[in-house]
This record gives sequence, C-alpha cells and structure tokens, in this order.
Amino acid sequence: MVETPDTGRDDAKPRSAGMSLSAPEARAWFAREVLPLETILIQFLRRNWRDQSEIEDLLQEVYARVFEAARAEAPAAPKAFVFATARNLLINRVRQQQIVAIESVADLEKLGVAQDAPGPERSVAAREELRLLQSALDRLAPRCREALVLRRVEGLSRREIAGRMGIGEGTVKDYLALAVNALSDMLYRETPDLGRGR
Amino acid sequence: MSDPRRTNEFGDAAGIKARAADWLMERGLSENWREEDQARLDAWLAQSPAHEVAFARMEATWERTERLAALNAALPEVRAAERRLPLLLMKFAAAVMLVVGIGAAGAWLVLEPRDRTFSTPVGGHEMVNFADGSSVELNTDTLVRARMTTEERIVWLDRGEAFFRVKHDPMHPFIVVAGNHRVTDLGTQFVVRHDARRMQVAVIQGRVWLEGAEREKSEHSTLLTPGDVATATAKSVSVARRSSKALAESLSWRRGVLVFNHTTLAEAAAQFNRYNRKQILIADPQAAARTIGGTFPTGDVEDFTRLAEAVLGLHVTARGDTIVISR
Repeated sequence: MVETPDTGRDDAKPRSAGMSLSAPEARAWFAREVLPLETILIQFLRRNWRDQSEIEDLLQEVYARVFEAARAEAPAAPKAFVFATARNLLINRVRQQQIVAIESVADLEKLGVAQDAPGPERSVAAREELRLLQSALDRLAPRCREALVLRRVEGLSRREIAGRMGIGEGTVKDYLALAVNALSDMLYRETPDLGRGR
Repeated sequence: MSDPRRTNEFGDAAGIKARAADWLMERGLSENWREEDQARLDAWLAQSPAHEVAFARMEATWERTERLAALNAALPEVRAAERRLPLLLMKFAAAVMLVVGIGAAGAWLVLEPRDRTFSTPVGGHEMVNFADGSSVELNTDTLVRARMTTEERIVWLDRGEAFFRVKHDPMHPFIVVAGNHRVTDLGTQFVVRHDARRMQVAVIQGRVWLEGAEREKSEHSTLLTPGDVATATAKSVSVARRSSKALAESLSWRRGVLVFNHTTLAEAAAQFNRYNRKQILIADPQAAARTIGGTFPTGDVEDFTRLAEAVLGLHVTARGDTIVISR
C-alpha cells in the first residue's frame, strides 16, 4: 500500500526522500517516468470526469503539478504519485463545483494503479518501437509525414526539405511541429480513440 | 468565443502543446541557435510548469522518432510505406516534382489561375466566399489579393481591414500576408488591419501564428489565441489582451456600425474618417480629449457630429468635405 498525499490539497508533496532536480533533469525524469503512464492516466480521467472536453486540460494540470513537485523532490514511487495527484485534483474540482458526491472519484485500489510495478508500457523492444512508429507515421497528414521522413529518415536540412517539398522553410517547421504534436498523442496514447483531436 | 471552462490556471492545453512543438522544431531545425534564442525558450519554459511538461513531452516524442533513421538502411520498408500513400498524394507529389523540375517560378504562373483581387471603396463592406469554405469580409477602403489553389491558400491584405473565417486544413495552412508580416491560421476567426504604419491582428476564435513575411529561421514568431491583439510595425510586435466585449465592439463594422465606449473624440473621428469621404477634423486638443459612447452607423457622420454639438456643446462647422469640430 502506497501512502497517498493529503486529499485536501492537490499540490501535495511527495513522501519520499529525493533530491531537487534542475529543469532539464526534471524534464528527463518526466519523460522517463510519467509520459509512459499517459494512456492509463487519460483512461482514469475519462472514467472519473463527466465533461470529456476537459480531459486534455485536466491532464495538463496533473502533469504540471507532478512536474513542480518533482523539481522540489523526485517522488520515489512515480506511478502512485501521478495517480494520487490526479485523484486529488479531481476531488478538489468536484468540491469546488459542488456538483457530484466525492464518491464519484473511483478508488485507486479498485483501478489497480496504486502499485508501482513497472508497467509493460516502456519495455518495448526496438523492433516493436519501430513498428509503432511506422504505424503512427502512416496516420500522419501526408505533407507532415513527407517532411518528417525527409528529416528523420533521409536526414535532410531545413533548406533541403523546403526545396524537395516546394515550400518555404517556415512551412517546413510548421509541418514538423504539427507532425511531432500529432505523434506525441499517437505514441503516448496507444488506445486508438484517444489519439484523435483534443 | 472560447469556452471559459476550457481554461484552467495553466491555460489552454492544446495551444501550449502546439507552442511547445513549435519551439522544439524552431530549435531543432536552426543551424544557428544563438544564446538569445535559448534565452527566449528558457523564458517561455519558466513561465509555467505546463510549458515545461508540454516541451518535455514533445522532446521525448522527437527523440523517439530518431529510430526512424533505421528505415533508411531498411529501404524496402520505406518503399512499402510509400506504396501505402494515397494515390492522390502520389499524383500531387509528381506534379510538385514536375514544377520543381522546370525550376522557374514562372512555372506556377502557367499552372495556377491568376490571383484574384477584391476591393471596397471608402465606406464599402463586402463578403468574399472561397471554394474551400473560408470567407473574407472586407471593411472600408480595403484591397486584398487571393491565391486559392490546391497547393496554397494565401491572401495578401494590401490595404485596409478584413475579417477572416477560415476552414482549417492542416495540410494547407491559410496564410494572410500584410506588409512584412504573415498570419497563419490554426483553425480560426481573426481580423487583420493593415495601414501605412502597422498591421494588427485580433483573434476571435482558434489560434494563429504571426511572424515576419520573410520567415527567416531566426525570426520571432508569436502564437496568438482568442482575445489577443497583436500590433506589428516594421521593427516590433506587441501583444495585448482584450476582453471579448471589446473585441466584439472592434468588429462592429461587420454590422455596419461603430461602437464607442469611453472613446476619445479624436479616436472616434479617426474611425469615422476611415468610412467616409467627409473627414472630421477636430480643431483643438481639449475637444479631442473628450470621451463619448454610443453606437453609430459607419456612414452617418452627421449623426455623430450632431451628438458632439448637442451633448458635448462643441461647435461644428462644415467646410466642403471637411467637418471641423471646435470648442
């Protein structure tokens, strides 16, 4: 059983002894420990929040709070900490809005997310990762995919990509930014219907 | 209008994600990432933990795509991926290659229909609907050129003011060029005004990118969200927030009226002068600083000057096409 932070405050401090992290360290920690949880975290939020249009912003808020906490002290049990933060955020939102009873937020134990067992998420083999990437690539808008392939597969410069695609260098950046944004959803939200739109 | 429930203390999540992706690419593609560029990025990151996490997420995604380089060695797999591209895209790619092959810019002129020009006289107001479902509403004394093709959607606002309602298509960004700035829509309603000194963009819905028309890699670009009003001169860009009420008032010309709300007489006169051949001249600074409120038809200068006379007790004298207001 993992100790969860005080439910009365959703900016609760992690309970483990850790060191404070610099911003780049915190980003690396976040990418390694938290992002792999995104699929199940979104499932948790969707299941426990009525207004589905708010999920994206709730997710962002959970992330931001976890990140802030980690900068002060990296939680020893990241998974439990992320879900405790999410749960506390929802409870406080419910309290503020005074719409539904607090029981509407499901027990973490019931969801089976409280244990900090290493998830299967990131232990994918290189071959599996490549397959995942290729399938995501196929789902990109054609022009974005073209720009990404020229950059990542063929290793071309911005100017060369612009020349090959017959577009301006600024548009190269736009396409790649759209591509990485779309890929971030596809790669961290493997459930198909979560990757689409906002 | 944006849904207020959408925003939390960290702001619009989708907008932050888009901005983070843009920062990452700006940095990654730059061959000359300078200290001041890094400082701008650091400043943005420091603004909010939401920015930090969005950036970390994009960074991690981008690192994962590094593995795609493996496809280069495994060329047969790339071929397989290419075969999955829709036929239309392949045709399109062939057409682009043909044009690039010919090389000259003139090739486009052969293949593309000529740009269309739309204009309104002083006091005019016109709506232009494009085949892609987007529309442009022209305010008084406005000149736009439009190039709407399967490849690009560009509107040049050469003069005046226009309200854009854009049918978003991520593959074909809708771009408005005004002077030395360009605005790229990300699913949007926005208004652009362009006169001799400056250009101004106000976003009503969605998001737009504002950047220099040359789009050099070091150039600053700004993501604007609803309520943002950006004013750009040749040398600078500043962004202010405006309430939705103030924004709606500034768009009142679409209903054929001007709305003033604690507006100085000088500003009100300047507004009327955009819509009318008859020009209001305010002869003394004290009168110019008086404020007024109310709603007036854009073309009814007399209605406005009557108010100045009756309510503010000012003198109104007509001299040919000029109406002089004095104490």
